[in-house]
Amino acid sequence: MSTLVETPRTGAEINYLNADYGWKSWLFTTDHKRIAMLYLISITGFFFVGGFFAFLMRMELLTPRGDLVQADTYNKFFTMHGIMMIFFFLIPSIPATLGNFLVPIMIGARDLAFPKINLLSWYIYITGGLFALGAVVAGGVDTGWTFYTPFSTTYSNTYVMAAALGVFISGFSSILTGLNFVVTIHKMRAPGMTWHRMPLFIWSHYATSIIQILGTPVVAITILLVAAERIFHVGVFDPAVGGDPILFQHLFWFYSHPAVYIMILPGMGVISELVTCFSRKRIFGYTVVAYSSIAIAVIGFLVWGHHMFTTGQSMYAGLVFSALSFLVAVPSAIKVFNWTATMYRGSVSFDAPMLYVFGFIGLFTIGGLTGLFLAASAVDVHLQDTYFVVAHFHYVMVGGMVMAYLGGIHFWWPKMTGRMYPEAWAKFAALVVFVGFNLTFFPQFMAGYLGMPRRYHAYAEEFQVYNVLSSAGASILGAGYLIPMVYLVWSLWFGKRAPANPWGAVGLEWMIPSPPPTLNFDKTPVVTWEAYQYHEPDRPEVEVGR
Amino acid sequence: MAANTEVVEHGPELRHHFEQPDQQYQAATLGMWTFLLTEIMFFGGLFAAYAIYRAAYPDAFASTSQYMDVIVGGVNTAVLICSSLTMALAVRSGQLGQRNAVILFTIATMILGAVFLGVKAYEYHHKWVEHLVPGFNWHYEDSRYAHHAQILFFLYFVMTGMHAIHMIVGEGLLLSLVIMAWRKKFTSLWSTPIEIVGLYWHFVDIVWIFLFPLLYLIGKHKL
Amino acid sequence: MKFQIIPDTASTFAEKVDPLWWFLVILTVVMTGFIAVLVFTFAMKYRRRGPNEKTLYIHGSTKLELFWSITPLIIFLGIFFWNASLYYDYFTPPPDCLDVYITGKQWMWKVQYPEGQREINELHVPVGRPVKLTMASEDVIHSFFVPAFRLKRDVVPGHHNTTWFQATKTGRFHWFCAEYCGTQHSGMIGWVTVMEPTDYENWLAGGGVTGSMASQGEKLFQQLGCSTCHLLDEQGRCPILRHVYSNPVKLDDGRTVTADDGYIRESILNPNAKIVAGFKRDIMPTFQGQVSEEGLMQLLAYIKSLSKGQQPATGNQTIGAQQTGQGTGTARMGGSVPRSATGGPPTGAIPVSERTQNPTERKK
Repeated sequence: MSTLVETPRTGAEINYLNADYGWKSWLFTTDHKRIAMLYLISITGFFFVGGFFAFLMRMELLTPRGDLVQADTYNKFFTMHGIMMIFFFLIPSIPATLGNFLVPIMIGARDLAFPKINLLSWYIYITGGLFALGAVVAGGVDTGWTFYTPFSTTYSNTYVMAAALGVFISGFSSILTGLNFVVTIHKMRAPGMTWHRMPLFIWSHYATSIIQILGTPVVAITILLVAAERIFHVGVFDPAVGGDPILFQHLFWFYSHPAVYIMILPGMGVISELVTCFSRKRIFGYTVVAYSSIAIAVIGFLVWGHHMFTTGQSMYAGLVFSALSFLVAVPSAIKVFNWTATMYRGSVSFDAPMLYVFGFIGLFTIGGLTGLFLAASAVDVHLQDTYFVVAHFHYVMVGGMVMAYLGGIHFWWPKMTGRMYPEAWAKFAALVVFVGFNLTFFPQFMAGYLGMPRRYHAYAEEFQVYNVLSSAGASILGAGYLIPMVYLVWSLWFGKRAPANPWGAVGLEWMIPSPPPTLNFDKTPVVTWEAYQYHEPDRPEVEVGR
Repeated sequence: MAANTEVVEHGPELRHHFEQPDQQYQAATLGMWTFLLTEIMFFGGLFAAYAIYRAAYPDAFASTSQYMDVIVGGVNTAVLICSSLTMALAVRSGQLGQRNAVILFTIATMILGAVFLGVKAYEYHHKWVEHLVPGFNWHYEDSRYAHHAQILFFLYFVMTGMHAIHMIVGEGLLLSLVIMAWRKKFTSLWSTPIEIVGLYWHFVDIVWIFLFPLLYLIGKHKL
Repeated sequence: MKFQIIPDTASTFAEKVDPLWWFLVILTVVMTGFIAVLVFTFAMKYRRRGPNEKTLYIHGSTKLELFWSITPLIIFLGIFFWNASLYYDYFTPPPDCLDVYITGKQWMWKVQYPEGQREINELHVPVGRPVKLTMASEDVIHSFFVPAFRLKRDVVPGHHNTTWFQATKTGRFHWFCAEYCGTQHSGMIGWVTVMEPTDYENWLAGGGVTGSMASQGEKLFQQLGCSTCHLLDEQGRCPILRHVYSNPVKLDDGRTVTADDGYIRESILNPNAKIVAGFKRDIMPTFQGQVSEEGLMQLLAYIKSLSKGQQPATGNQTIGAQQTGQGTGTARMGGSVPRSATGGPPTGAIPVSERTQNPTERKK
């Protein structure tokens, strides 16, 4: 750290935010940091649209009879909730905002390899989002976010085309982001920034990019086939002409299962940064954590069949997919153990981002372990398509991913905006989110085991207790998400000015001013140290586990 | 380590965020290769669908061969392979800094590509006349296979159509190369765009090399 | 507001799968607790005591990494093998199953019994007897789901999906559609009534039916012209279908397959897919789109009956004789048991809520 490239400066100087003014300077920017801000604003918008639909669903599910809205209206609610949250919030969330902002800085580059393509990807994302929003405004879609055939191709008479087109288009945004990251990480690293000196945030984004590059095109062509089938009725997924609706599921899950790793891997990267900074200690088992990300990306491509244990695929296929699904759980377990071990003999502080880390570790552990229930094909026969799956998915995605996202936003907020957020409010919000989350989704495990199928507009009476609890939790959770929204916006004008390194963190992004100048580094840094050098440089290495 | 401090002489094509021309060149090439990976997966989905239905309905698929003109398809294959040659020559000329040769070979590639697309259009027209366009104009002589052959012809149009769209994009890229060469943008030190367009063009050719036997020669082993 | 934590346990699957479920629950609780305690302890014990605290350089530990990679792997492998033996059960119905045919359509379940009874959104089965379900869909994908049986199987258009179960408890149990199928997905629900074998026989005997499934299949078989070749043909154009079902068939490409439901279905809809050795292809036309799903099931029941060595039945009475061979037929003669004892919900059963009350309950 003695080789600091620049002395930290306060925000009074020229930085990427005040370098230029006017809407053109934002909409035509090629600065990765400004594009990250564009993404941040737009995905927040989509998050609240998706959240609004979740709120409507939870209101409907207060009573078993389905008396608030019509069945087809309810079906549109959960479809739009799924499409908005998955394709327009979760998939771009961390990579497109924090990733866009931090990947070049963390490796000592001035920008991503292809800045114009980066901007293009945001426009593609917005175009796709407008199609999806158009589908909502026009009257909604009722296929579920999975677009299962032949319902989506033949039987649904809602705006499937607009929504499918939206998903298709936004897929290219994801591909371009992944492509940009891969090339940047390969070719733009500063001198001395070897692969094993990179922060784990970069490793997890590299793994994510691999999935984006290899998986997304498959869902693109699949959705194209669905669209063609819907318009021309040529029979490629239509059993009446000899087509096979199960083929759709194979193609769809070939992408959409790895896609859940697109959603969670960047979150794992954020947690690795946060847990080290707030334990002020090097990550335990750097190499293992780094390569476990790659392992998840690779094995993740081989487990899609576990979504189809009850469709009629052969028993042997079911068993192979079951075994591989257990295998993919191992690298996630390794990560959890390493994060925990990182705190051992550390110097743990309880700032708001660290509270999110605690939340993440607990909830992701539950989410991961309940995944074992679903990997066990015989147990999955009972649990498939019930609320147990819904709860499992939300524990990983909301309990894991959104926790990491919020933790990351708080952690890097000073760097991104040059302002501190109000710490007391942030701690309070983290607590509210944690409580609200568990109250919302834990009862869904119980309802699922009891047999409540997902996507039910009306349900049997014995499930009502759990649904009332869940709806109550959802209102707390909703409030928990609104609080940060308010105080973060407030802090843009009234927050304390942030120093270059408010956390005492290491990493290249903390060695430049907050907010960073447009070109990040006046002079390209030369890296001579490992990541996470929180210990005193002259202290000897300590071995544990002997 | 010293490389970053060294001032490298470079042309206006070096963008501000790169240190050296070589880094920019490598980034561009790797970017195109990565993009081609996504393209492989994109077509891969179609090839998977093709493989599954061909395994399910081998006879129906074989029966479509009589409507596929192997001669025309073969000629088109040859045309495309020739275009790959001219493309490779254009890339080489670019590296050698031979501006006129770049323009000549790029235009030759464009012409061969246009011939391919023209022949493709002729084939599509022929399919229309023979009522072999699923969803619009479909009537299959052999009623036993009417349903399943429809799937093959659908895949035929999607696969060759996707390929043709890629060809059209390629023609646009080639045109921009010609314009850039005309304006003397390329030097023997910097001809990266020619190379990455070349990569793209070769990829599109290779896709066709797979499409041709899969679509035209299915039933031929029985003759 | 009713409150329940554990679903009813009413099939052999439920009894076998639940121990694995509880094992996983305990594993989850223990592991989550372990991690939570560790995190809490470390956070407290090593909390930051001064702003400039520095920490030790702990690189990691290969031994520990190996320990916590291999231990989960071994546990997972154990779960996998335990699970595999259970999953195998779902795919291997015992040989003496009762047959029931189910067709899903938006948004109802249609049930046919080989004896000819039909029901909508109601399934009656005897306790203690394995029951094999052959299921098809007329439109989109549905899924047969009975939580009390821990049983779920998708009903996919274009396929005959089969599954089986053996109920262990009498009562009325929820039957849901688990795969989203459109507007009234949550209304595509019914009840499975598990009855004592004698009650079941009485129930089967009650009510006039027009003819067994096999006899309806026979009619269809003749209407479609199948019988001219597949039963009476002397010229050897196509295989004779007596004694075909569930027997091995040698194909012209050298493979041998079992003539199960899927094979029969495929052979009707896509005759060239598998050609029996010694016969030419392209003789038989395809029947795709010409036979309804229920019709296909009737044909299947008929072809099954052909290989039982008996002439297809023409009415309910003769079926009784056929059923004797399956071990429960004798009890069916007691047709005088009042309907109310069998048709309505047995004592202790879950009351039918208004929403699930089935207006089309089987008419007498």
